[in-house]
Amino acid sequence: MAQIFHRSANTLARVTIFGAVFAVAFVLWAIGGVVRSPYATDQGIEREQPVPFSHQHHAGGLGIDCRYCHTSVETSNFAGIPPTQTCMNCHSQIWTNAEMLEPVRASFATGRPIVWSRVHRLPDFVHFNHSIHVAKGIGCASCHGRIDMMPLTYQASPLTMEWCLSCHRAPEKFVRPRNQVFNMAYITNDQESIGPKLVQEYNIQKLTSCSTCHY
Amino acid sequence: MNDPNELNLTRFKKRLGPEYWRSLDELSREDFEQVVETEFPAGALALERGVDRRDFVKLMGASMALGGLAACNRPAEKIVPYVRQPENLIPGQPLFFASAMPISGYAHGVLVESHMGRPTKIEGNPDHPSSLGATNSWMQASILGLYDPDRSQVVRHLGEISTWSEFLATLAPALKGGGVRLLTQTTTSPTLGAQIQQFLAQSPGAKWHQWEPAGGHNVREGLRLAFGGYANAVYHFDKANVVVSLDSDFLERGPGHLRYARDFSSRRKVRKGTTSINRLYAIESGPTGTGSIADHRLAVKPSQVEAYARAIASALGAGGGANGQPITDNVIPALVRDLQKNRGASIVVAGEEQPPAVHAIAMAINQALGNIGSTITITDPVEVAPVNQLDSLKQLVADMNAGAVKTLIILGGNPVYDAPVDLAFVKAMDKVPFRAHLSPYYDETSMHVHWHIPETHYLESWSDARAHDGTVSIVQPLIAPLYNGRSPHELLGALLGGLDASPYDVVRTYWQSKAGALNFDATWRKWLNDGVIAGSALPARAAGGTTALPTTENRQPTTSSYELRILPDPNIYDGRYANNAWLQELPKPQTKICWENVALISPKTAIALGYDNKRRDGLENEKQTLLADVKYRGRTIRTPIWVVPGHADGTITMFMGYGRTRGGKIATPSPDTKGMYGPDLESFHISGNTMGVDLTPFRFSDSLNGGPGADIAVSNAAPYDVACTQEHQSLNASDVGADRGIIRSASFAEYLKKPDFAHDYKREEEQSPETMYPKYDYSKSHAWAMVIDTSVCTGCNGCVVACQSENNIPVVGKEQVLAEREMHWLRIDRYYKGDADNPEVFHQPVPCMQCEQAPCEPVCPVGATSHSGEGLNDMTYNRCVGTRYCSNNCPYKVRRFNFFHYSDYETPALKAQRNPDVTVRTRGVMEKCTYCVQRINAAKIDAEKQGRRVRDGEVVTACQQACPTDAIVFGDMNDPHSRVAALKTEPTNYALLAELNTRPRTTYLGAIKNPNPEIKG
Repeated sequence: MAQIFHRSANTLARVTIFGAVFAVAFVLWAIGGVVRSPYATDQGIEREQPVPFSHQHHAGGLGIDCRYCHTSVETSNFAGIPPTQTCMNCHSQIWTNAEMLEPVRASFATGRPIVWSRVHRLPDFVHFNHSIHVAKGIGCASCHGRIDMMPLTYQASPLTMEWCLSCHRAPEKFVRPRNQVFNMAYITNDQESIGPKLVQEYNIQKLTSCSTCHY
Repeated sequence: MNDPNELNLTRFKKRLGPEYWRSLDELSREDFEQVVETEFPAGALALERGVDRRDFVKLMGASMALGGLAACNRPAEKIVPYVRQPENLIPGQPLFFASAMPISGYAHGVLVESHMGRPTKIEGNPDHPSSLGATNSWMQASILGLYDPDRSQVVRHLGEISTWSEFLATLAPALKGGGVRLLTQTTTSPTLGAQIQQFLAQSPGAKWHQWEPAGGHNVREGLRLAFGGYANAVYHFDKANVVVSLDSDFLERGPGHLRYARDFSSRRKVRKGTTSINRLYAIESGPTGTGSIADHRLAVKPSQVEAYARAIASALGAGGGANGQPITDNVIPALVRDLQKNRGASIVVAGEEQPPAVHAIAMAINQALGNIGSTITITDPVEVAPVNQLDSLKQLVADMNAGAVKTLIILGGNPVYDAPVDLAFVKAMDKVPFRAHLSPYYDETSMHVHWHIPETHYLESWSDARAHDGTVSIVQPLIAPLYNGRSPHELLGALLGGLDASPYDVVRTYWQSKAGALNFDATWRKWLNDGVIAGSALPARAAGGTTALPTTENRQPTTSSYELRILPDPNIYDGRYANNAWLQELPKPQTKICWENVALISPKTAIALGYDNKRRDGLENEKQTLLADVKYRGRTIRTPIWVVPGHADGTITMFMGYGRTRGGKIATPSPDTKGMYGPDLESFHISGNTMGVDLTPFRFSDSLNGGPGADIAVSNAAPYDVACTQEHQSLNASDVGADRGIIRSASFAEYLKKPDFAHDYKREEEQSPETMYPKYDYSKSHAWAMVIDTSVCTGCNGCVVACQSENNIPVVGKEQVLAEREMHWLRIDRYYKGDADNPEVFHQPVPCMQCEQAPCEPVCPVGATSHSGEGLNDMTYNRCVGTRYCSNNCPYKVRRFNFFHYSDYETPALKAQRNPDVTVRTRGVMEKCTYCVQRINAAKIDAEKQGRRVRDGEVVTACQQACPTDAIVFGDMNDPHSRVAALKTEPTNYALLAELNTRPRTTYLGAIKNPNPEIKG
């Protein structure tokens, strides 16, 4: 019986079998890359908002404290998005005719809320509490980045579970003194000695049980 | 025992060891083990039809394509802040408001959890005398009733959509014509009462009628018989050493039952140092929660209860004398001696279905014993205007027939469905030229009126109501009416000719006139904050009356062997909660049947009817039954029958409230609702397109609760499927020949001799500390644990619905319950002990045991269930791929699997009802009790922020919070001062299936009963 396959088929077969390992590895690597990429995490993407609110201007330039608007950050799981009233506290006095602020004035006049696009979004099966993180000395900037330098707000961190755990497993690398929590520009060169001390002082536990966040 | 048809106890004993059994099938079936062995026996039937290769390829291709696409981009999410944020509202933090739920008119104090303006959960108000923090299943489920999308949403005129103002326009001329009649349900609302009185005063010829199909008719008339005028009796079970129930389910029914359960159980809990507990005698017909924790229970026909009552009365010298049926029971003399020993510290209480005479006799006995004034307080009636409601309704029907009624305004209720059949209410009502009906659903009555007005839910409108002791609560709304509802106060306001009077103004003005204007604002705010008006309980009054016992009615000892007994349903009451899916799917407290009503009979009666072991063996285990024709007064109803151990022989118990033809998709499932909520209709139809059977044909005005003269015959129709959960998720019975010590009980006398009786089970000796599981160190963290006292659990189901509400647990429908897929995280197992004719009953709530060495954890291939640092068995939904290995490996069978997409993701109204702190699960995901980890985490965060440990009592699980008898205690075992740590050291504390060395965190206290040593056998 004549041979069906040419001799070169042997090489092809060997390369295919050998290459399959690499192919599978490559696919896995690619998937791993994609799920961590901004494409999947929305990291760094500026969202269109009804009003192009600038944290750079308000928090950075004017130096308004985070908690002036995000009132419940120390008391609740949700930091709070300010009601229109908060905007109007100032903008009934300044920039009263700015075109950019028309949606704010309209909201205040009609009683219809401003509908913002959510920037930091966790899945519904994750429960995150702002107040406890703030109370334990995790700075705003640790997760939200230099929001005081963002003209338009974007998500600075990937918000993947891997990223959460990097701190939950080693809080000493990220914790800062409580009085520096709202300081956007806080930097220390001495985290290695401060960190463990603060972990001790604030009774910070390495909470990595599933039910810490998932329930 | 030679009769092969007899229930064969020895057969069962041979197989399962000495004492406890769960169901008659377990008792009688040869192949029982095989039947219950698989956890989800019907799991293989998941797909309605087979899938062929082509379909398979198509489906897989499509899912691959969609799966790839769907993962690309998450949909954008919006944040909508307030324009002006309300004061005191912190986004993300719930607020609690005090209110009260009127049930049959009587207030049950509640605290309502509100998330950003959405009420999501009902808790009991600890300051309310009828609740003391406990809730029943109706209160818990009322939150679903609020959002029910089937509630009526528009005013209707002759069935067509109309408006409130058009109604007002036609109402005014109608009122001028005179002949106005109001028909209300039982009313305790002082404001509504005042409004009605004002209306009656200003409209000559107007009359007020009251009608409610179930409830306190006989209590009301009985007390009038006893005391010569309407009165109210408040019982103090915490002061009673001996309680005798004359067919009364006082722990689970009636206006004060939550309070009574708490008080009663406070005298029944055995702890180290307890030297005496109370004793309960129950003389009753059907099994009740009260009967199930009674120390002595007599199962007698309802008509015989009076004879027992008279026998007790005459033995105590309270008069009476026998009425021709001498009581030879050996329990009675001992019972009487017990009562005599406890003069002033005992209670005899009669049941709602017993005729007024029995209530009067009970009160005479109480008076003879000196209980009135000590364990019983008599007050003025709580109702605004107590009347004999049956006479009231009869009068209304007579007037309507006579053409005297020109305008009929029905405020709530559904008389077309529930009025006694012989009154022919609809025919009479159709003669009224102007009829209006205020009702939450477009129901049977709404169909027959000119104007239907949607009624508000109690969480939507201001009102007030009185508790069982008269304490007034302001009913405070949590949300504006969702569906354009109007409150009775608004309708009365319209009748009074006012402009649109807001219920708030009406209620507030009324109370301002009572309390005085001085600083009323502060007073009012305090009332709202507390949920009660302090000191408004009705004062005790002199009992009066009771000179002679009511004379014996010359009742013929009936020759007919069967007596019919009609009760309001334990889940859907008189039908008013029929559209509540949580209540429909709730396994009924004693029978564990859901989604319908069946006729209950005793084992002996069943055999007499030819429904014996032989026929039982042909049916599927505890799932199928036969249909029988019940005949009463020349009418026949075909209904499934159900054999209940402990039921009185020759008696048929049926629950009303089913067989609704209007009133929502769940109350009246139609073919298009099959699936999620609807039962499997093909196998289901009995009387038209309804669920369960309507008992209206049997309810005559002189026999609202049935009576003698019934007959029953088993039909030859095909076996009928009943959704009974008793044998679902059973603890494994394959361990043949061994008593696994699941229920451990003793008498109080035995306990005193040997407090650690619960450890007599030899299997536990096999327990060894060695283990292959990793060691966990809990010493630095919390160790959450739970102890459940089986002595005081009455199986009332409050905890089950509380859990369902707190944890967003879906309902699955009858079809899925039949496949053993109900989702309740917490089930209440029922066990019997002894003779099938009148066994002892035990209830055992089974949540997740949170094993320290959990069999579920190591078998999960994806790490979706894992051990937390505090000893919880965490369930991570987003990791679960649905292998169900964990469930298979769980010896306690507490895990639930979403076989289908049970959670309703679509209906907008239901989204608002969910607890935002708990993930709503999707198809293909395993779930189970979490010990309410969301509450644990919230408490821990609060404590951590204040730099302290969580205090004992700070974390309260939903089941614990609801429990009327305080049977469930939860806390941190690591805290030596916690209640749970103390209970763990009780000698009666035992773990379920301890021989498996799972070290469950949930443990039980052995059941202790207190039988009278004078009574043998």
